[in-house]
Amino acid sequence: MKNGKIRQLVDKIKPTFEKGGKLSFLQSTFEGFETFLFVPNTVTNKGSHIRDSIDMKRTMAIVVMAVVPAVLMGMLNTGFQHFLSIGEDATFWSWAGLWYGFLKVMPFIIVSYLVGLGIEFAVAQVKGHEINEGFLVSGILIPLIIPIDTPLWMVALATAFAVIIGKEIFGGTGMNIFNVALLTRAFLFFAYPSYMSGDRIWIDGMLQGDGVIDGFSGATPLAEAAAGNMDNLPSVMEMFMGYIPGSIGETSTLAILIGAVILIYTGIGSWKIMLSGVVGGAAMGILLNIFAVNTLMEVPFWHHLMMGGFAFGVIFMATDPVTAAQTETGKWIYGFLVGLLAILIRVLNPAYPEGVMLAILFMNVFAPLIDHYVVEANIKKRLKRLKA
Amino acid sequence: MSKVIKIKKGLDIKLKGAAEKVTVIAESSDLYAIKPPDFVGLTPKLCTKPGEKVKVGTPVFFDKNRPSIMFTSPVSGTLKEVRRGERRRILEVVIEASKDQDYEEFSSGNPEGMTEEVVRDNLLKSGLWPTIIQRPYGVLADPEAKPRSIYISGFDSSPLGVDYDVILKDEEASMAAGVAALQQLTDGKVHMGLEEGYPVNKTFDKLKNVEYHYFKGKHPAGNVGIQIHHIEPMNKGDIVWTLSPQHVCAIGKLFLNGKLNPSITIAIAGSGISKPRYVKTMMGTSLKPLLANMLEEPESVRIISGNVLTGTKVEAEGFLGYYDALLSVIPEGNYYELFGWVMPGLKKFSNTRAFFSWLRPGKEWEIDTNLKGGERAFVLTGQYNKVFPMDILPVHLLKAILVEDIDKMEQLGIYEVLEEDMALCEFVCTSKTDVQGILRNGLDLMRKEMS
Repeated sequence: MKNGKIRQLVDKIKPTFEKGGKLSFLQSTFEGFETFLFVPNTVTNKGSHIRDSIDMKRTMAIVVMAVVPAVLMGMLNTGFQHFLSIGEDATFWSWAGLWYGFLKVMPFIIVSYLVGLGIEFAVAQVKGHEINEGFLVSGILIPLIIPIDTPLWMVALATAFAVIIGKEIFGGTGMNIFNVALLTRAFLFFAYPSYMSGDRIWIDGMLQGDGVIDGFSGATPLAEAAAGNMDNLPSVMEMFMGYIPGSIGETSTLAILIGAVILIYTGIGSWKIMLSGVVGGAAMGILLNIFAVNTLMEVPFWHHLMMGGFAFGVIFMATDPVTAAQTETGKWIYGFLVGLLAILIRVLNPAYPEGVMLAILFMNVFAPLIDHYVVEANIKKRLKRLKA
Repeated sequence: MSKVIKIKKGLDIKLKGAAEKVTVIAESSDLYAIKPPDFVGLTPKLCTKPGEKVKVGTPVFFDKNRPSIMFTSPVSGTLKEVRRGERRRILEVVIEASKDQDYEEFSSGNPEGMTEEVVRDNLLKSGLWPTIIQRPYGVLADPEAKPRSIYISGFDSSPLGVDYDVILKDEEASMAAGVAALQQLTDGKVHMGLEEGYPVNKTFDKLKNVEYHYFKGKHPAGNVGIQIHHIEPMNKGDIVWTLSPQHVCAIGKLFLNGKLNPSITIAIAGSGISKPRYVKTMMGTSLKPLLANMLEEPESVRIISGNVLTGTKVEAEGFLGYYDALLSVIPEGNYYELFGWVMPGLKKFSNTRAFFSWLRPGKEWEIDTNLKGGERAFVLTGQYNKVFPMDILPVHLLKAILVEDIDKMEQLGIYEVLEEDMALCEFVCTSKTDVQGILRNGLDLMRKEMS
């Protein structure tokens, strides 16, 4: 396809957007769309004459692909939980459920992308930069970590907050300190706590309460465990597959694991962070099991790995390369502490029903410190060699 | 056999068009050139004017700051032209060859019996001194310096890399003499890095007083900088010299014959070449006779003096670089690709498995010069580490350079690296960062600061 019809069309309208053209103020936007359609014809002019085929767009596309199983399972579960709540005879694997979930989840995805990409485009335009691809991933993650009953305007507001305050003021993709998607959730959590916790927010329609059958509990397994209702806990299989209430994309550990395999196999996600995160979570779980003074502490440590947002956070959030530790040794420490803190906060802090979000944001702050010590160790080794 | 050093990180890029192990004698060229930009740290000052006659070994220009370093003509003939670029910087000094070749006379004899001064003067006067590259910074060697040791890599692991079994056939005597000469220049040792698992090249075998090291691993295992790092890493204040084996032989021939022998064998390779093979030619030769009828599509190829990761772009009418034993020709990549970033990518080489090309291991790839994406800020991490076999934090070093933090650069090990050692980092970079350019800026800054 060296000179297809689409290319001819793009070449024809291109001068309009270039310097001196009528619409030159939209140059970044045009470039964004052009490079979306075509890998540009730029050739190397310094350094290495050949380059790896990988680029930021491909990288982000792979991550989005890795998230797709979680999206689909989230849609299925949205429908399933809704039908359960209104007392219909529901099965998880049903087209009706998927369709219902699709209609409910898509608006979140659309709003998240529209707001986030809108801001990205505007900022790129103002700065005269190329458009950064970072939000392609954030945009799909945001809808997956919020409860299904969150109003759309809140999603829009939180996304705008996260993109502007969390990313653009630091200089855009690659410069941010906090994971953008998690910042969205943190904003919602602190600004609208009643929409972010409780037993009635996880299932579509339950907040309004229309048609919900008597005695139906929308509580997540974590909430049940915290309340000591150990009899209400779902089976391990149900938690693993994701037949449980929770944020849209976090419920199915299986789907998240498929994503993890994609990220690790392609070499795009850090297996070191994922592995050490799981190890850290398990370690804290075991420690709590040993003391086990309340019901939540009695939850077997490996159940914790499938409850709440732990798997989703460790696989898709903690591995964000910009906000994680950047040195290889640092990644082990960072991942381990994310897992450790997530379970610690989850179990021991009564104010927060889930600890993953705070654990990762907290470790985002400490990642540079971890890296600092790794770098210092490298420097010291060199100095020691000099003295020897 | 001594201990084998395993290089665990790296990447072999198998390109289509490796040179067949056949050597042909190239048609001799009318034009030859010495290109001052090939030499880092050189301020050239001409000592021959256009129109003047030169012999093989006659000085053409010298280093203004260290006038003893001479750059001599590889042929006898007439100095034809001095091509200049911006701010009258000398780019090429072109010499037109005459039919008969006259040679300048230099000292000859067994270097083992010579003093250090005689050996050094002979190299300086003959114009072979610039074959020595000094680390740190990768500059012309300082004639007053005493290197800690001298390193020679006996194999080339780079894409389309040359095979010294072909290039250095029947060079045993010159290699031995060259090594003997180098031994006079250092109190330390002459080290040679060889590839484990291959029969030792006869030319490299049983050299006197040479310490052999065996390396096993992917590119850049053959880079002398990587080898130094694993043999005895450089500390602040250390000076080491490196040479290519072919240049060591040239030095040997100088001492054996008392004349400058500019003949070299190079590989012409790459998917843009119709008959990739080795040719016997001369230093500084014009590429015209080498490439005649060899280019598949002359309009749409890039000719590179050196390998595809570190070489210099040259025109078809241009000249061979001083340090290069390889001419790579690959297709230019100035085309658009519809939805290139979502396609399966069976034909796209990548060190990640983000394209389905991982289904085709062992394939020889045709990679063009397309940048394959846009430049971005650093986003992905750990990519460089996979292809950079040194105990150095590459991204942190680059960031120290970007903010011009001299102390940090030193602490993070800038003395140990040259562009070629980090070239693969640039290749694999998702953000298309200009790694070699940044590193060169850092090296230049450091050199200025320390002098």
